[in-house]
Formats: sequence, structure tokens, C-alpha cells
Amino acid sequence: MADTIPVVFRPFQWVGAAVLGLLGEAGRLATFITRVKLAALTPWVFFGETLKQCIRIGYFSLPVVGLTAIFTGAALALNIFVGGSRFNAEQFVPNIVVLGITRELGPVLAALMLAGRVSAGIAAEVGTMKVTEQIDALHTLSTSPFQYLYAPRFWAAVLTLPILVLIADIIGVYGGYLVATGTLDFNGNLYIKNTMDYVTGGDVIGGLIKAAVFGGVVALMGCYHGQNSQGGASGVGRAATLAVVSSAVLIFFSNFLMTTLFTRIGL
Amino acid sequence: MTQPLLQMTNVHKAFGPKKILQGLDIDVAPGKSLVIIGGSGTGKSVSLKCALGLMKPDDGEILFDGEKLNKKKAREAMLARTGMLFQGGALFDSLPIWQNVSFKLLGKSGTSKADAKDHAIETLKKVRLGSEVADLYPAELSGGMQKRVGLARAIATRPDLIFFDEPTTGLDPITADAINDLIVEQVKGLGAASVSITHDMPSARKIGDEIAMLYEGKIIWRGPADTVDDSGNEYVDQFVHGRAEGPIQPAM
Repeated sequence: MADTIPVVFRPFQWVGAAVLGLLGEAGRLATFITRVKLAALTPWVFFGETLKQCIRIGYFSLPVVGLTAIFTGAALALNIFVGGSRFNAEQFVPNIVVLGITRELGPVLAALMLAGRVSAGIAAEVGTMKVTEQIDALHTLSTSPFQYLYAPRFWAAVLTLPILVLIADIIGVYGGYLVATGTLDFNGNLYIKNTMDYVTGGDVIGGLIKAAVFGGVVALMGCYHGQNSQGGASGVGRAATLAVVSSAVLIFFSNFLMTTLFTRIGL
Repeated sequence: MTQPLLQMTNVHKAFGPKKILQGLDIDVAPGKSLVIIGGSGTGKSVSLKCALGLMKPDDGEILFDGEKLNKKKAREAMLARTGMLFQGGALFDSLPIWQNVSFKLLGKSGTSKADAKDHAIETLKKVRLGSEVADLYPAELSGGMQKRVGLARAIATRPDLIFFDEPTTGLDPITADAINDLIVEQVKGLGAASVSITHDMPSARKIGDEIAMLYEGKIIWRGPADTVDDSGNEYVDQFVHGRAEGPIQPAM
């Protein structure tokens, strides 16, 4: 068929094929997400598996999320001090650190670390199960991979990322405190007082809502790309890469959407 | 005449322009063992996947115990009465051996872990594996032992029909023969029917009551296992004797 199309029309054919491919992928992804959510809403047959995933996804991510938070908080304090000194606004360091960490950097950076650590891991694990026929074996054992594999990972990421972000918020603020009191001559008690006076419940809750959404994104992208992996080891590697890239892009995109929404509703 | 336990009639399956199954007809009676032989890429695995519901055929009819398998409920009822041994074992890496064997029991019937483990150890004994392997993980076992565990998982719930996908591929001849003996012993012991696909002729001769040859998506010959060497069919003769010359072109 392609040979019969005049050369001058080939670019239209390429654009058309790309659009159709994109729409097809969007449709497959939407169907997959719906099936995972339906499976996640059915009674928890595999409670033990969900608990195991909570430990793998949440508990084992604590060190990397904690380290990211403390260095980010510290660097943020230094940057705000340098920037603020241009307007004689150095005293706002604690206020802006806590605002930046709780509303934006805590959830986004923790989610990005999870995209690298967890989404790739899920994609590689599910992808290996796919190419070694373990997913087929699940079907033959009357077990839905949506209930046994994907729903527990989805719940685990949605439930544990907000907890991780709450911890990251505290560690991030502490990182700012350490730099501010250690090198910028801030009074420790005053720093904590300014932080606590300025931060609102809405700042923290908004960040935790974002974290839950990002958790869902990370788990769904890992499962989706793992399930669609083909062609042995290279296919599994590609699935892991796609999971990380698509998770990161969707985290930034959904962060923008949620920030816009929260700003409008005054959260 | 006994009603076939599994019946596939005029089944077609294509991937894009590539036609894999082109009117496949097979049936297997309760307690009987059918082996499907055929070269690489002739659609043997696709046939099994269609029978198990892992792939949807483009056309044709599949019946299990007289029930059409076009509804989810019928398919689930069928899967509850079947077992499957995958080519590579397809054991779950993250679970110990006993949980692999008792997976179906643990997932659905509310069996306690202790009972499921006892059942797994009993089933492992049937495939000549001791209780010491129960707590190991699949990666700690050899290929032959993994096949035995796969067989134990397939027979654990005493199914009426067992599928075997290349049960001896990748094994040395002695281990392969031991696996064949176990398959015959367990399938006959359960009184189950079986459908196996293989291109290993010693295995086909040993485990099959009947042998059918799949070529270009259709069954081109079927007969008792002991007549496969005198089939009178040039395609079967070429395959059985492993000759490069003949009507079948080597898959290169």
C-alpha cells in the first residue's frame, strides 16, 4: 500500500501514522489504568502481597528520599539566602524553605527518586515475568495479574509515597535549619519558630495529595511498560527506561495541573 | 462415543498478514493423551495458548467438556480443572518452591499456609523431589528440577486436563526421559487427559496415546503413537526421521 502513495504525500502519511500510533497508545494506557483501578477496588485478596510491596516501595526508599531531602533543603537555604540578600530579605530563609519543600520540592523530588528506583524496578520485574511466561502462568492458575501484581503495587505506591514525603518534608526543613544555623548565623529557636508560624496545614496536605497521585503514576507506568515488554532482555531494558521517562514526564505534568488547581481553590 | 474433554474446531489465528492457524481441528477424550508435533513456527504454542484462553482465536470454536469457551465464566471453570507445564517452567522467582506448587490453593480456596505447605511437599514427592527443596527458590534449582516443580504445580489440584509445552526441551536425554516417565506416571495416575506439544520424538512416542502433526496451521496427520513411524505421510516421515530433504522446508 505504502508504495502506491506519491512521494509528495509521504510526510502526511508519516504524520498520520504517528498520530494514530499515539492515540492507540493513549487508548491502551487508559484501558490499562481503568483495569488496574477496578482491580484495586475489589476486596484485597492479596493483602500479604500489598504489605510486601509497601515495604519494598516505601520502607526501602526511605534512605534515598531522606538523603535527597536533606541536601535539597540545605541547598535551598543557601540559595534563598544569596537571592534574598539582594533585597535585604535574608530573614525569609526559613519561610521560603518550608514553603518550597512542602508544596513543591518534597513531593516532586521524592516522586522522581521513586520513578528511578521503583518504577524501573517494577517494569523490569513485570517485564521479566512477561518474557519468561510467568504472567501466562498466573492466568492458567486462575489468577489475574491485575489483582495479584498490579493492584498491590498501585496501592503500595499510593499509600507509602505520602508517608515518604511527610518524612522528606521534615528532613528537608532540617537540612535548611542545619545550613542556616551552622553557616548563616541564624538563631535556631527563631528559625524553628518562623518555620512553624509560616507553614499551614494546606501547604503540607497539598503536598501529600500530590504525593499520592505521583505514587499512582510511578506504579502504573512501571506495571504498564513491564506488561508490554517484548523481545527478551533488550525489551525488559527498554520497558524500564520507558517507565522512568514516562513517570518523570507525567509527574511534572500532573504537578503543574495540581498546582494550578490548588492555587485556584486556595490550598 | 465419549464426549471429548477438549475440542478445537476450525480455529484460525493470524498476526497481521502472517497466518499461523488455518483451520486447526483437534480433540482429546477424557483420560487420553494427545501429542502435537511439528516444526518451529508451525503454530504449536499458539494452539495451546488459544486453548487456554491466553490468546483469542480469530475464528473457530473451542469447547471444554461440551461448554463453549467464549465467556469469561466458562473459561474460569475450565482453568479450575486444568494444569499447565510451561516450556521454561515459568516458576514465580519471588516465591519459594512450596508456594509455587500450592499457588492455586493459597490464592483461592482459603487453605491455611500450613496445609498448603504439607500439600506441596506431598506433591513434590510425587515428582521425586524431597521436602528439602520446599523452602528453596526457583533460581536455586537445576533445569530438570525446575521442570519437576512445574509438573508438581500442574498436577497439584488434580486437574482433568493437563497441557505440556515442550516438556523436555533444554534437558539432557537422561533427564528428559525421567521427565517423560514422570509425566506418564502422573497423568495416568490422575486419570487426566493431556495435550502436549513437542518436536522431541522420543518424548512424543513415550507420553502420547495419539500423535498429531501440525503443518501450516492445520493437522495433516493423526494416529496412534505406535504408528507414527509407518504413517504413510511424507511430511510425517520427514519430520520423524529428521531429514532436511523432503516437502517441509527447514525454518532457516
